[in-house]
Amino acid sequence: MAEGMTWSVTDGDKLTQAEVYGEVLSQLGERYPDLVAITADLASSTKIGRFGKKYPDRFINVGIAENTMFGMAAGLAQAGLRPVVSTFAAFTALRSAEQVRTDICYQNLNVKIISTHAGISFGQAGSTHHCTEDLAVMRSFANMTVIVPSDGLETGNAVAAAMEWPGPVYIRVGRGFEPPVNKTQDYGYAIGKAITMREGQDVTIIACGVGVLQAIRAAEVLDRQGLSARVINMHTIKPIDREAIIQAVTDTRRIITVEEHNVMGGLGSAVAEVIVESGKACAFRKLGVPDCYSIVGYPEDLYHHYKFDSDGIVETVGDLMRMEIEEDDDWEDET
Amino acid sequence: MPLTPEEIQGLTKKAWEIRKTIIETTFTCGGSHIGGSLSQTDVLVALYYKYLNIDPARPDWEDRDRFVLSKGHGGIGWASVLGEKGFFDKTLLKDFNKTGSPFGMHLDSLKVTGCDASTGSLGHGLAIGVGLAVGARLRNKDYRTYVMMGDGELCEGTVWEAAILAGHRGLDNLTAIIDRNGLMIDGPTEQITTLEPIDEKFRAFGWEALTIDGHDFAAIGGAVEQAQSVKGKPCVIICKTVKGKGVDLMEGQAQWHYGGLNSDLRDQALASIDTYYREVLG
Ligand SMILES: Cc1ncc(C[n+]2csc(CCOP(=O)(O)OP(=O)(O)O)c2C)c(N)n1
Ligand SMILES: [Mg+2]
Repeated sequence: MAEGMTWSVTDGDKLTQAEVYGEVLSQLGERYPDLVAITADLASSTKIGRFGKKYPDRFINVGIAENTMFGMAAGLAQAGLRPVVSTFAAFTALRSAEQVRTDICYQNLNVKIISTHAGISFGQAGSTHHCTEDLAVMRSFANMTVIVPSDGLETGNAVAAAMEWPGPVYIRVGRGFEPPVNKTQDYGYAIGKAITMREGQDVTIIACGVGVLQAIRAAEVLDRQGLSARVINMHTIKPIDREAIIQAVTDTRRIITVEEHNVMGGLGSAVAEVIVESGKACAFRKLGVPDCYSIVGYPEDLYHHYKFDSDGIVETVGDLMRMEIEEDDDWEDET
Repeated sequence: MPLTPEEIQGLTKKAWEIRKTIIETTFTCGGSHIGGSLSQTDVLVALYYKYLNIDPARPDWEDRDRFVLSKGHGGIGWASVLGEKGFFDKTLLKDFNKTGSPFGMHLDSLKVTGCDASTGSLGHGLAIGVGLAVGARLRNKDYRTYVMMGDGELCEGTVWEAAILAGHRGLDNLTAIIDRNGLMIDGPTEQITTLEPIDEKFRAFGWEALTIDGHDFAAIGGAVEQAQSVKGKPCVIICKTVKGKGVDLMEGQAQWHYGGLNSDLRDQALASIDTYYREVLG
């Protein structure tokens, strides 16, 4: 294990996000003797069960009862423990929204929630198991921190960082069968600090989750077309890195957001809020699921269908580059 | 009237067909909730081929009986029955789970003809059923509502909220059916959270409760007929079943809650089903 690291996985770039999560959580069990893990009959699907195998006495499977699970997590935190809770994103953010908000966030309790199968990553299961609303919901809960890691290693980093971050944290992961974007875990991950994956001056693609991989691929294509695209991995949706956004607006004046979420309420909305409040004009587009219940199918087909894969990003960049932006003589002074 | 031996034989042959369709469709679609689809099959066949007052030619008929598969992950088994029954062309099942197909793992009522409620998030179906049953009363309709739940699903609090309400309102036009296969995803139900005594819990909430063998058509028929005749309260039929029923390598195995089949496994599963039915039918 490298110095300063609290976890390490072998072949971390070949594991899914949930697999890395399960492994990292079991390793953190030693450092945090007050860590208790809870699930609702999804020990194997979310991989939180790996912690349970290592620490059966600190693992609770409540049965298929998510509302009770999140209420219980609040009680465990009040009893002085450090609960980590996992189920599918739809059940956290939709079914148990009120327990998460009122029992956990309102009381600002130290509960870490890792939700899997988010977005449309469980494509064939249909809308009952999709979750394209969680970022909107979770972001609107005061005290909540919202994180969307881009791959397995970043999931490990986010989980480890969340343990040292005060208050409730929501970490959203997909099924994670996509190739990773990070080669090592040691790239200076910090909650709230966006990562520039690629420098660029013509347009900025701000992405989270699987969107980061798609954005990097799109930037490579755009590069061959003579366009230089900056790619920002906005892994923390809340608190959002305002500086990185305003810098991107200043430098490129054209921004696209990419997320596996309804285009209403998630990353795109969060970025738009920062831009509008900055008073700076820029050309802006949000890519994601266009306010509908997704069709069923393989996730990669769905990303393509809703045009937030690399092809869709390239196409939208084309539109954006053709858009007229009002000339603003004072632009350079407005910092 | 009890089912005749001929009727039982007919239902048995239908169940044989359905189980094979579940295996074939699981093979082509890449993976399915096969264990629970096989455990629920005999009850679904009895309902769709004998007891439900439905007409596949008129899926929106206002007076039809309603069926809600609250354990929506049994969608592949339910779709196999709906297709066989003629609600849609059953060859469409070859596209199950494929991109853009009307059929995902959990059926969508706006896309699948004959599906009365979109389910998949556990613990929703009984409340929807209470609404359908109260709605029938408000509109002076005689249709009956049947809701099938998983046993693991009984952990959800909403099941019991709806059960209290149904008991309070004396909804004798509502029947709940529990696929008591003893397993949820992570293992045996009683090891994770004790559910028993299920019948006494429902009785305490004002329900009639029957417990039967959920793979015995005579017993299923008797219980459904009894449920139809109970007055002044809803009825729950607890069906003791085997998860993966009919496929020896899957029977009672928690790991077959969800799974895929390669061609070898498919052939093995089909052979196992054929052997089982040749024995049953003599
Ligand atoms: C609210 C909710 N929580 C979790 C799940 C994930 N899930 C799907 S099936 C299942 C187990 C269901 O067990 P049971 O009700 O006994 O069904 P069966 O054994 O008949 O398959 C779980 C936990 C879900 N679909 N909905
Ligand atoms: Mg069960």
